[in-house]
Amino acid sequence: MARRDRMSGNEAVSYAIRQINPDVMPAFPITPSTEIPQMVSNYIANGEMDTEFIPVESEHSSMSATIGAEAAGARSLTATSSAGLALMWEELLLAASNRMPCALALVNRTLSGPININCDHSDGMGARDTGWIQIYAENNQEAYDNFVQAYPIAEDARVHLPIMICQDGFITSHAVENIELLEDDEVKAFVGEYHPEEFLLNPGKPIAVGPYSVSNYAMEAKKNQELALERAKEVILEVAQKYGELSGRKYGLFEEYRTGDADYIMLIMGSAAGTAKQAVDDLRDQGKKVGVIKLRVFRPFPAEELAEALRNCKAVAIMDRTESYNGNGGPLGSEVTAGLYRKKVLITAVNYIYGLAGRDFTVQDVYDIFAELENAVTNHTEVEQYQYIGLRK
Amino acid sequence: MKNGIEIRWHGRGGQGAKTAALLLADVAFKTGANVQGFPEYGPERMGAPITAYNRISRDVIRVHSNIYTPDLVVVVDETLLESVDVTAGLKENGALIVNTAKTVEEIRPHLKGYKGNVYTVDGRKISVEALGKYFPNSPMLAAAVAVSGVMDWDSFIHEMRASYMHKFAKKPEVIDGNMKALSMTYDALKDALKGQRKLMETA
Repeated sequence: MARRDRMSGNEAVSYAIRQINPDVMPAFPITPSTEIPQMVSNYIANGEMDTEFIPVESEHSSMSATIGAEAAGARSLTATSSAGLALMWEELLLAASNRMPCALALVNRTLSGPININCDHSDGMGARDTGWIQIYAENNQEAYDNFVQAYPIAEDARVHLPIMICQDGFITSHAVENIELLEDDEVKAFVGEYHPEEFLLNPGKPIAVGPYSVSNYAMEAKKNQELALERAKEVILEVAQKYGELSGRKYGLFEEYRTGDADYIMLIMGSAAGTAKQAVDDLRDQGKKVGVIKLRVFRPFPAEELAEALRNCKAVAIMDRTESYNGNGGPLGSEVTAGLYRKKVLITAVNYIYGLAGRDFTVQDVYDIFAELENAVTNHTEVEQYQYIGLRK
Repeated sequence: MKNGIEIRWHGRGGQGAKTAALLLADVAFKTGANVQGFPEYGPERMGAPITAYNRISRDVIRVHSNIYTPDLVVVVDETLLESVDVTAGLKENGALIVNTAKTVEEIRPHLKGYKGNVYTVDGRKISVEALGKYFPNSPMLAAAVAVSGVMDWDSFIHEMRASYMHKFAKKPEVIDGNMKALSMTYDALKDALKGQRKLMETA
């Protein structure tokens, strides 16, 4: 039976971790980390779970210890945010290339500078090509639901890759909202016991983890890793299907909101998707044919599926909550437009950068963007293809 | 917002404005409402101006931005009236509550011409009398509930006792004082609220 409650995003993910009760959680327990390691430590201290918590001296160490524990055969995870993820960078690549199905609870906050603690996606996007699966949440409910689905995706024999469950710093991590929780036994049954096929502490079946690979073979290892990430797509959908049967909440690679007959679509990720949906409802009341696509799974990137979903609209606003400093656009802008071109879907596509370092993103911003798209298409005017919204005038 | 109200809290770091917003979300949830309670973080230091927000609605809440046209503003520290535009965007048919020993007539000249309902609560006097210390968040939370009508007073009192018992499990001696601060605030506002519509009823 589902239980109605209210909690912050940090509490929601900590609650899911308690229900899953993984074997090992190494974490750096203070800033820039979140309340998640502290909340999990409380559960452990109160005897509500028996995960081995290892307080470490840095995030480089927390990720190293997570990999070590996972390689030994233990279900492992860590949690971090912002600069903490940046310090893990080298180890993130090792987790993925050694095919460790560990989990990371990421609270998305900006990277310096200027020094700022607030939400944007620059930490997660900085790790976008490290080989991890990345799933983003609109609200506390989704952060919880995504975390419960994390291990069944990562540990699937077709995948064997680490998974990052992301939510927006402060906007959802520190906001108390309504939530529906599963019972402990439902979560335990859904996630199941962890029985790795191969692991280090298995005397009958010795393996090597992380050895040197000569050039004759290293490239094949990299291709195999890439194929696993591609296969993750079908596993994510299978797990979502089963989770939907359990919870009544449906998930996919992305959510299409009122896009069926939409001429103009906003493609967006994270908490701002809720704001966009409200704006779409308001504009629909005025007869505007607008919709939202909320991207849930950023890695593996569903380029073809997104291109098909956008095929029948006239223009799309592609929203990036990070600056890539490449003079060409944000990560979503670049990857979505590449996907559109390959599928020969040649619609107007405008890449907006929004919400950096906690800059608020409002319903009015969404109205303004749809108005600009409509104007560009209706009056055949040029629109800047890569631009900022919400800058001080 | 349709079918609900939006509240903005102005306080200074350390005074409990954020805690009050989260407590309000907590008790309103228990009446079956959809709730949001969230702080806006600036420089994290004692005494710095901070803002916190609530959305309370009969509908599911999806917007994740700050609040620009609140129905109710609660000012936990009256010195902020000089440095922060507390009535910015505040609806004319909404209300403002200020924690001050002054009267409404004395406060109004500091409100940049705001014409809506204004209430004052002497949070310091109530808190010191009820708790022996100055913690303005309980009186201001009580005032926010009384003025907004997000829940009826009796169920508020019932839920707050449970919340305090949970929050102060290790300091039970402060529970009665906080409960007293709530009811003293209600008594102090009773006359001013007579005949006024509750914000939530017409939302």
